Amino acid sequence: MEAVTAIDRSKLLDVIWGIQRKKRYISHDDISKIAQEFNMSRMELEGVITFYHFFSREHRGKFTIYLNDSIIAEHSGRPEVLNAFEEALGIKLGRVTEDKNFGLFKTPCIGLSDQEPSCLINFRPFTNLNREKVFDIVSSLKSGKKPWEICDTPKSKIKYTPAPDRTVFFKPYEQFTSLSSLNAHSPEEIITLVKQSKLTGRGGAFFPTGLKWEFCRNNEADIKYIICNADEGEPGTYKDRVLLEEHPELVIEGMIFAAYAVGASKGAIYLRAEYTYLKDRLEELLTEYRAKGFLGKNIRAKTPFNFDMYIQLGAGAYVCGEETALIHSMEGKRGEPGTREYFPVERGFNGKPTIVNNVETLATVPRILEMGIDKYLTLGTPATPGTKLFSVSGDCEKPGMYEIEWGMKLRDFLELVGAKDPQFILFNGFAGECLSEADFEREISAENLLAEHVQFEFTDPNEYARKMSGIGLRSGGAFMVFNKERDLIKVLKNVADFFVAESCGICVPCRTGNFLLNKKIDKLLLGHAETKDLEDVKQWSNIIKVTSRCGLGKMSSTALNHAILKFPDVFERHLSENTDFNKAFNLKEATADYDRIINEMTSDYE
Amino acid sequence: MNNMVTLTIDGKSIQAESGRNLVTVAKEHGIYIPTLCYFRNLHPLGTCRICTVNVNGRDTTGCTVKVAEGMNIEVNTPELLDNRKAIIEMLYAEGNHFCPSCEKSGNCDMQNLGYDMGITVTRYPHVFSDKKVDFTPKRMIMESNRCILCKRCVEEVKTPDGKDVFSFVQRGVKTRVHIDYEQEEKLSESEAIRAMNLCPVGAILVKGMIQEQPFGERKYDLLGKDIKPVVHNQAIQKGPDEKFIVATTSLAGCFGCHMSLLDIDTELLDIVEIAEFNKSPLTDIKNFTKRCHIGLIEGGCSNSENVHVLQEFRKKCDILVAFGECAIMGGIPAMRNFVPLEECLEEAYLNGVTTEIGADVVPGHEDIPKMLNNVYPCNEVVKIDYYIPGCPPSAQHIWKVVKSILLGEEFSIAHDEFKYD
Repeated sequence: MEAVTAIDRSKLLDVIWGIQRKKRYISHDDISKIAQEFNMSRMELEGVITFYHFFSREHRGKFTIYLNDSIIAEHSGRPEVLNAFEEALGIKLGRVTEDKNFGLFKTPCIGLSDQEPSCLINFRPFTNLNREKVFDIVSSLKSGKKPWEICDTPKSKIKYTPAPDRTVFFKPYEQFTSLSSLNAHSPEEIITLVKQSKLTGRGGAFFPTGLKWEFCRNNEADIKYIICNADEGEPGTYKDRVLLEEHPELVIEGMIFAAYAVGASKGAIYLRAEYTYLKDRLEELLTEYRAKGFLGKNIRAKTPFNFDMYIQLGAGAYVCGEETALIHSMEGKRGEPGTREYFPVERGFNGKPTIVNNVETLATVPRILEMGIDKYLTLGTPATPGTKLFSVSGDCEKPGMYEIEWGMKLRDFLELVGAKDPQFILFNGFAGECLSEADFEREISAENLLAEHVQFEFTDPNEYARKMSGIGLRSGGAFMVFNKERDLIKVLKNVADFFVAESCGICVPCRTGNFLLNKKIDKLLLGHAETKDLEDVKQWSNIIKVTSRCGLGKMSSTALNHAILKFPDVFERHLSENTDFNKAFNLKEATADYDRIINEMTSDYE
Repeated sequence: MNNMVTLTIDGKSIQAESGRNLVTVAKEHGIYIPTLCYFRNLHPLGTCRICTVNVNGRDTTGCTVKVAEGMNIEVNTPELLDNRKAIIEMLYAEGNHFCPSCEKSGNCDMQNLGYDMGITVTRYPHVFSDKKVDFTPKRMIMESNRCILCKRCVEEVKTPDGKDVFSFVQRGVKTRVHIDYEQEEKLSESEAIRAMNLCPVGAILVKGMIQEQPFGERKYDLLGKDIKPVVHNQAIQKGPDEKFIVATTSLAGCFGCHMSLLDIDTELLDIVEIAEFNKSPLTDIKNFTKRCHIGLIEGGCSNSENVHVLQEFRKKCDILVAFGECAIMGGIPAMRNFVPLEECLEEAYLNGVTTEIGADVVPGHEDIPKMLNNVYPCNEVVKIDYYIPGCPPSAQHIWKVVKSILLGEEFSIAHDEFKYD
């Protein structure tokens, strides 16, 4: 069916990036030119550009400032920083100065939750901002300094690792060493090894990695792809950033193993645009690997193979962390998740078998080979051997990166991070559970997960705590702690706003369902909500969960429903008494426009 | 054939060729899976989610499932049926669907599903989002208010040189389908008509070809006769010799529903036997003189007086019934919700073609009710117990509902009793 053309659509994002970077906007003429170059209609291209929020049809300013608006930033003093920026630049959020020198915009979590408030200026990180720092930055930029000269280098704050012999990630590693096992093992043996290790997708979906590789290997094709998913968009998560800073070589070697195991000849790291500052280092590393003969043609192994990879920059869309959306994005399309008709291992990138693995998953593989499978299996719990990275942020003494063995009790972990008086925890970023005291006895592992689905059948928090205590908890790696001072509903509002902004819009339950749920939270915040509204929230979120196309819609209301289950008293406080009258309707507000207009008009005509 | 597989759909064991589409296989065996974005012979899109079924314990869209050995599929569980209904309702709440004024009425897949599922009102508040009607293309009109983003046109309509004519732009709630004007000109007339027919709703229209098929002879005009809305009845308390007391009012509407009300002719005599009217334009009683069993509301709330009357009705009536589209979702008056109030007033009093020459005053006086910023459906102001959809609902329909509510009886409304066009 597909037209045979020489045009490589997968270069589209790079081309648009080139123009966005150079001119800070995409003009009408640019669109005509690119559309012609890629043999597509103008409107289709427009559709791609408007999908990604770092692409813009309007000038974003010579210095484009993206201020993180996640709840963690909010709690660490973002309002003050925002005020300072607005004052220093003389513009409001979402605007560009008249001389087009500065543009001030908000963006969802930029993966620096341990160093908030933070922002990106021309995609260079500026962390731990405060009022003075903002004024300093603005005046340096005005005096001609370049962002890369004055930006911060986000330090990897690794706060905890197990004993050195039980650590997987954060201990010294000598580049290339694991790759010697390529000579010792056949591709099949690598897959068997990964299967034995019970390694599962560390991005948060926990699909068995070995199984995925095996499926891909068994699908015959002239070309197969390995994609490393470094589009770490989940608010509160930054483990992939730290891994790519500390041990990028593990990730690259993991990809080489994956390519060897499944017979892939091409690979890519899909790096989120927020981590643009990591790109140069990665490119350098790839050159080193090529020079050593570990990338390119005829790579030394038991059965020599060809494999090379490149780095694809994302452009600001959370949903592209979903593997099929990511593949669409790599193909230069709108990052909409696919139907589940085929799995990527059957038909992925360019319709060929494709593996999409998370950064952490890939980085684990060389370590397993290095330490040996037997040793690896002694770490963690039987169902989840090994360790897990957690990006800890929020109300605790020691926010930062934690590597822990699976199986740690939540209570112990809270103690470890120095969480005082925790009220609730967003355990898997925004798309995960909202944990309360009722969950503190649960362990972080995949033990007894079969019973997980029963959790919403409970109505009483105490009964929930008793029955759920033996059931494990899994997370992609975000761990946001909130103390008793924090307003749960306001946090949930931030979560809901995020999903409304990040829904791709392809299916109605997620597109409009989340929008309507958000309205309900507004109602709660304004004190108009009644018991019926909470019932609606539960029902509607179930509909969204069952019918949404991808994980975004399926998980978007999880935190909200957990919160309703575990904090009935908080919601009770926000409910007003039930009446036959809709309190959200306010006659005074509804006629305010009219009063204003009539006032203006009558004074005009006098 | 040796690649036959056995699967179970709703407990029924079925033999089918391996790898075929579930929706088609189910249909051949008399099991109906409703679809909206799925079009026979086209690649399944999986955008509308209406065909969501449960396959081996996992919820997924039926149109993307290929049948395989041993599949256990649930189609019509109460939960799945309700989910389907919920999605159609959500589509109605999300878009701006004014069936009475739609060219596609009677030929619309979504309207048909709405009838079919017995939807009288959506459980969601109407979003009334600002969407554009694009008349710019040479041959077509893109009516975004009605677009459900099923993606059929995006995937299927291409120019001879393979370029897209329709594209998704923006994302999230702002996602729209937009026509590429340059490519649209390249389509032949028959291709343009194909695009219009591909659209399951009335979003894509070809200029001059819209009313080809007359109302009454359209695809869905006479389909589906057995719709049974469930009535959850609160029995009405009254003494044996007392009559039921009924009140009615017309808020922001055209009074057409009240006209329809009188269309039952001689049966009116039967009604007067069991009911008496209190505050109502029919009796010209201006103020409530006693508490009423049932209040019938026509029209939504467009000004402050409408709100006061509606609130008064809520206080004085045990049961409130919204009848007609305007009361349920704002209807025709709500079309002003997409125009700023200031422009509405200027058009009405200063610039409109029907205003007197030299008119320069927008009336403003404390005795004149104030216009609201939007037209509100009644349920956004007070609690509404029952809804009677239609524009206007037929007399039979209205009285059937009212009588059944008063007498506490179950009832059903046949498809042809719903009346929109």
